[in-house]
Amino acid sequence: MTTSTQTHTIDINALMQKQAEPKQDDEAKQEVCIKIQNFNLFYGEKQALHGINMDIPKKKVTAYIGPSGCGKSTLLRSINRMNDLIDSVKIDGKILLDGNDIYDKSVNVADLRRRVGMVFQKPNPFPKSIYENVAYGLRIQGINDRRVLDEVVEKSLRGAALWDEVKDRLNENALGMSGGQQQRLVIARAIAIEPEVMLLDEPASALDPISTLKIEELIHELKEKYTIVIVTHNMQQAARVSDYTAFMYMGDLIEFGATNRIFTNPEKQQTEDYITGRYG
Amino acid sequence: MMKNWFKSGTPWVWLNAAAISICLIMVIGLVGLIAVRGMVHFWPVDIYQFQYQDGKGEKTIVGEWVDTVILTAAQAKEAGYPILNNADHLEQRLIKTGNRDLTGMDFRWIDAQYIKNEQTPEDLIKIERREWGNFYGRLKAVKENGKIIAEGDAAYPEVLPRIDHARYLYEQIEHLQKKEIGAINYALERLRLKQRRLELEGALDEQAKQEIAREKAEYQQSYQKFRSQIAKLNQAIMRDSLVAETGNGQTVEIPLKKVVNLTRPNAMSIGQKTAEYLRQFYAFVTEDPREANTEGGIFPAIFGTILMVMLMAVLVTPFGVIAAVYMREYASQGFITRVIRIAVNNLAGVPSIVYGVFGLGFFVYFLGGNIDELFYPEAAPAPVFGTPGLLWASLTLALLTLPVVIVSTEEGLSRIPKSVREGSLALGATKLETLWRIVLPMSSPAMMTGLILAVARAAGEVAPLMLVGVVKLAPTLPLDGNYPFLHLERKFMHLGFHIYDVGFQSPNVEAARPLVYATSLLLIMVIIGLNLFAINVRNSLRERYKALEN
Repeated sequence: MTTSTQTHTIDINALMQKQAEPKQDDEAKQEVCIKIQNFNLFYGEKQALHGINMDIPKKKVTAYIGPSGCGKSTLLRSINRMNDLIDSVKIDGKILLDGNDIYDKSVNVADLRRRVGMVFQKPNPFPKSIYENVAYGLRIQGINDRRVLDEVVEKSLRGAALWDEVKDRLNENALGMSGGQQQRLVIARAIAIEPEVMLLDEPASALDPISTLKIEELIHELKEKYTIVIVTHNMQQAARVSDYTAFMYMGDLIEFGATNRIFTNPEKQQTEDYITGRYG
Repeated sequence: MMKNWFKSGTPWVWLNAAAISICLIMVIGLVGLIAVRGMVHFWPVDIYQFQYQDGKGEKTIVGEWVDTVILTAAQAKEAGYPILNNADHLEQRLIKTGNRDLTGMDFRWIDAQYIKNEQTPEDLIKIERREWGNFYGRLKAVKENGKIIAEGDAAYPEVLPRIDHARYLYEQIEHLQKKEIGAINYALERLRLKQRRLELEGALDEQAKQEIAREKAEYQQSYQKFRSQIAKLNQAIMRDSLVAETGNGQTVEIPLKKVVNLTRPNAMSIGQKTAEYLRQFYAFVTEDPREANTEGGIFPAIFGTILMVMLMAVLVTPFGVIAAVYMREYASQGFITRVIRIAVNNLAGVPSIVYGVFGLGFFVYFLGGNIDELFYPEAAPAPVFGTPGLLWASLTLALLTLPVVIVSTEEGLSRIPKSVREGSLALGATKLETLWRIVLPMSSPAMMTGLILAVARAAGEVAPLMLVGVVKLAPTLPLDGNYPFLHLERKFMHLGFHIYDVGFQSPNVEAARPLVYATSLLLIMVIIGLNLFAINVRNSLRERYKALEN
């Protein structure tokens, strides 16, 4: 629980004033994209999430913060059922995407993941060309028309602010790119299949500051089109990029609300202690 | 002081270095010995002429000086050899005298003390014959249709083009007999089987009978045509002969049909010897064996080895990969999976002859027997697949090398980072799509590693093959121009078995010994070649699927 030591020196109020628009505090007005209802998750005997309830608003950035091991990544991965890959995981409760339970038996997991894209902590491009990385999701869907692919690849790379850097070497191996470029490539890969929701699991934690900045700018642009849920260790980052923030601790959702309210005027003592760096 | 020295790690480093040095020396020694002994065999050595006088009188011995053994006086006395002039040692020489048809043996030991003089006259000749091994002696005359046309010094330049001509005719006869008539025989046999099959099915009506009889007649006609061609060639090839004289003055007439090659090694320059050396090596690699494998080349064995290994690779790779994929990707990693994994690993330790026995019992007798019963009833009682053959040998070796492929593929699969799999799944790919598009391509270098190990093991394996398909002499290659071209049921020759056969089953051990080295060298070269090919493929795959670093 030492991950938030960096936050000791942050002046939260100063950070908040930098934001151009004050954020709306009224959560009820927002259209809900994902509704998590009384969601419990167990790793074998051990319960990792305790009765989570939250409404993630559409086309906004929602950040999960909290100390390591608090369950924020687990909750994120529950939204596109990545936890299904772990044999011992059992769940209980509901997660509704546009009103439909994603854990319903009739749901095709591959289809769900097409609608809910995900970007991981470490850039994980495939050992293929840049072009093929972006086209992968489409090829999976059986789209092999060169014209369609060309168009989507360009659009996605532009969307991920990568086009100008790579347009002349689309056929080179993606593993030859820098870490920051790889992460933006992975984002391009995700938006190529036009998901409704993007889950970002600490997308900048393995990157240098400049790459981090680029990713954050990208998130600002992406929220025009996508509902974004981001997990981050970095509280400055949460404050910078998100509209809403959820603070989690030991598998419980402690507090959830508009970011500027959470950072300036948290209701719960635990939240305040965490964001001011008193523990974590 | 001493303690500090030990602590510094220096002695440890020296120990490590010593171990690796010993390994290196052994490997270099092994390859070096085989390479030198194997390569030397083809060098045209001088032919000696010894004036020899022992207790039984004086004679002239002509031949290649192969080996020398020196006995001390005491050893010689114990063995019962008389020693002249109280010499302190006895030198014995092994001479390859050839002329087996005249003397009954190829080699003889002579005592150096009885040699009155030794020379290497330039006019001594060595004739490689198709039968009876080499002839050593002098060329006396060349005959055409029984009449002498050149004698003495004129004979040598006269005989060489005639030998070339005779060899050309011989090759033509061989071609006609093996390829053309072989194909006709093969077709006739197929026709017979077809007739028998129709008979068994009760479908042999008059029309079919006539059809078959007509085809048969066609084949018979072309057979007669080839026969008469061969008869003509045979007449032509018998035209010339040569007269030669042995060291003891015995005269023999050798038809040129029987001559493979005639040389005068003593008269050769270094350049000529090198050319002759390369020619000999080329012949060794490309020709069929002669005289119970002790002479001639080893082409069918090289061909059989490579074909068998490739077939094995084709069989073992998909099988091993599929098994590994199930174990690693789909099976739940519990107790049973662990037991299976241990069992597979232990399979690699089963003695190979056991696989041979299994192959004979299961593949040959059970599978092969049933295949014959179901698909080849017309051939009965002769077996088609119910007898050892190429397919069963490859399958047995595939089984033998399966654990290696499974283990390395599994290792490769387990090395694929989880993040890449998740990346694919998160894009809406199913597990199968992820496997085919990402995981399998990325683990292909590991599969190649398994294949490399499998090939290395399979190419050197002999024991199981003796039970399931390898023979001393296969009359036909398993791959030829007759439909269906690849004859999986045929028996084949193999370098490893060839070494054993030539070296230890041959009636002429002395003559065969250099061949053992030469064949071993070829076997090593074949294995290295196969491995280099596979390693190349693997490296290019590795380049493509470089592991994710950061």
